[in-house]
Amino acid sequence: MISFVGRSVVQKTITLFFVSVVSFLIIHLAPGKPSQVDPLNPKFTPEMVERFQKEFHLDKPLYVQYIYFYQDLFTGKTVSWKDNQSVLKKIWERFLNSLPLFIVGTIFTWTLSFPVGIRSAIFRGRLFDRSATFLSYLLISIPGFFFAYILIIFVVTRFHVPVIGMETFGFVNASLPHVIMDRIWHLLLPAGLGATGGVAVLSRYVRSQMLEVEGQDYIRTAWAKGLPPEQVHYKHALRNALLPFVTMFGLILPGLIGGSVIIESIFSWPGMGRMAYEAILARDYPVILTVNFVSAVLVLAGTFISDLLYIVVDPRIRL
Amino acid sequence: MTNIQAKEFNQNFQFDQPLAPKRTRWEEFWLLFRQNRLAILGLFIFILFFLSALIGLFLTSGTNPVFDPALIRLQEKLRPPLAEPHLDSLQPEEVPRLDIYLMGTDDLGRDVFARMLQGAWVSLTVGFVAVGISVLIGIFMGGIAGYFGQHMLINTISVDTLIMRIVDIMLCFPSFFLILTVVALLPASIYNIMIVIGLTSWMGTTRFVRAEFLSLREQDFVAAAKALGVSNFRIIFRHIMPNAIAPVLVSATIGIASAILTEAGLSFLGFGVPPPHATWGNILSNGKNFIFDAPWLTFIPGIAILIVVLSFNLFGEGLRDVLNPKLRERG
Repeated sequence: MISFVGRSVVQKTITLFFVSVVSFLIIHLAPGKPSQVDPLNPKFTPEMVERFQKEFHLDKPLYVQYIYFYQDLFTGKTVSWKDNQSVLKKIWERFLNSLPLFIVGTIFTWTLSFPVGIRSAIFRGRLFDRSATFLSYLLISIPGFFFAYILIIFVVTRFHVPVIGMETFGFVNASLPHVIMDRIWHLLLPAGLGATGGVAVLSRYVRSQMLEVEGQDYIRTAWAKGLPPEQVHYKHALRNALLPFVTMFGLILPGLIGGSVIIESIFSWPGMGRMAYEAILARDYPVILTVNFVSAVLVLAGTFISDLLYIVVDPRIRL
Repeated sequence: MTNIQAKEFNQNFQFDQPLAPKRTRWEEFWLLFRQNRLAILGLFIFILFFLSALIGLFLTSGTNPVFDPALIRLQEKLRPPLAEPHLDSLQPEEVPRLDIYLMGTDDLGRDVFARMLQGAWVSLTVGFVAVGISVLIGIFMGGIAGYFGQHMLINTISVDTLIMRIVDIMLCFPSFFLILTVVALLPASIYNIMIVIGLTSWMGTTRFVRAEFLSLREQDFVAAAKALGVSNFRIIFRHIMPNAIAPVLVSATIGIASAILTEAGLSFLGFGVPPPHATWGNILSNGKNFIFDAPWLTFIPGIAILIVVLSFNLFGEGLRDVLNPKLRERG
């Protein structure tokens, strides 16, 4: 166990190092320079470009820039090129905005996909199963932004509720229940949209896991000794089918930072995804690189946690 | 048994010839595939889409196309689908070819039907080229890792470890964000989009191919081929690859669907194929400004993308069911 932890920490640190190198290279070797971001601006004199380059070590060779950048990142001194604010602080603020979206979306995903998946596995080939299957293909295939617009039209024309942004503009002097309802309305659509793909994929996965277990010999034994169907399905089958999903708790971690660029820009939600999008538009390299680095850390931590959970949950796995 | 019957019996069964299965592999495949109605529907729509993209390419390109997707008629803007053109306000060469705006016009009075035809080809090529690139890289990397995995590089790290670590590194990047970054930094062009999508989506294929190669390498027929002195190249491409291709095909079909969605998403964010070239993504992206006045500008491309992506997904899942012998027996 300890050797496993040690080995994977070393391995993941090496991976992280290469990720940082690769992302740095991608950004800096791409054509165009951040100092040329606005050539038409008359205030952008050559002297300013030079000062800008000095300030952010852009005149140094690439490996020196790399060391400077990650030194700053680990000491928490990285600043955005656009507004000179601390990048970590900026990310933290946006992260707090994205967090409710992520939590509600995850709750939707996990509470919806399990009942649907289990039911379609039990009634395999029946009407419920077939319509759930078709519906999940539909949800996987629909472009997120198109679906978002359909829902916006529907909600706005049906319920006359504004849904853009985190709260209704100029909605300050309302009573507390009104403010809360307003927040919930604004949260519901983007979170639900973020969950659609997840529900479709996860419910299919639950179904196939459940079918796999239902075909095992011990389920036949359970039927043969005359157990009631509920007990066979939920006590014998479901418990074993749930095993792989425990480990998926680790894998949802990266979703924390990824957010959805498209959904957040449609709903003008000031979250992580939109900040990353704005940083890309402004060629704000420190922000792009930091977002990338943090998300790589989350991916690696997520796989690590899921490996550990698997060992804890499944006694058949020995290292 | 009479004599004649015995004669017939002997004619029907000539035991000195090898008893090959009566049906070829393709017939077997088709018999199984035919039972999956959704997959057949997917295949049908896919062929329809392919043909219309091909025809659309011919009808909308060239100097004097049959349907001109770039012709601007400001006096005819935002006409709904199936609207008749106001013939008195149009020059003779501006009159739409079918004497009707089949799918309406957009905010510049361009014929949406012509633009959809032009965009179909873009979606098709982006999907196929991007997936082609990713499948080629995936087969190459996975094949090397699976077949030559034991070889050591400079005595420290095996080829297999090296390739799988590269896969791990690539999987650490949030894919849509990475694609967006690279596409935004590179000059806008359709080829960059295809290449970038291809270069960021080969990891799954690599893993499949490696796993298949690892198990197939130990099979008797490979050992027999080796004993006969068949070259490595021929073993890989003639003996192992045909047996390893099924999961690759499935993931490629589904990959095309997600590549089309990615391209549409990029176009939507304004990083797609540069104008004036129409793609379904940027028709939809332009249409969102008129969502209440001209909903067809949103719904026509949106539903088109939905149907095409859905058909690829259904077809891919059907393929998976047919090519997976485990599921076949159970079903």
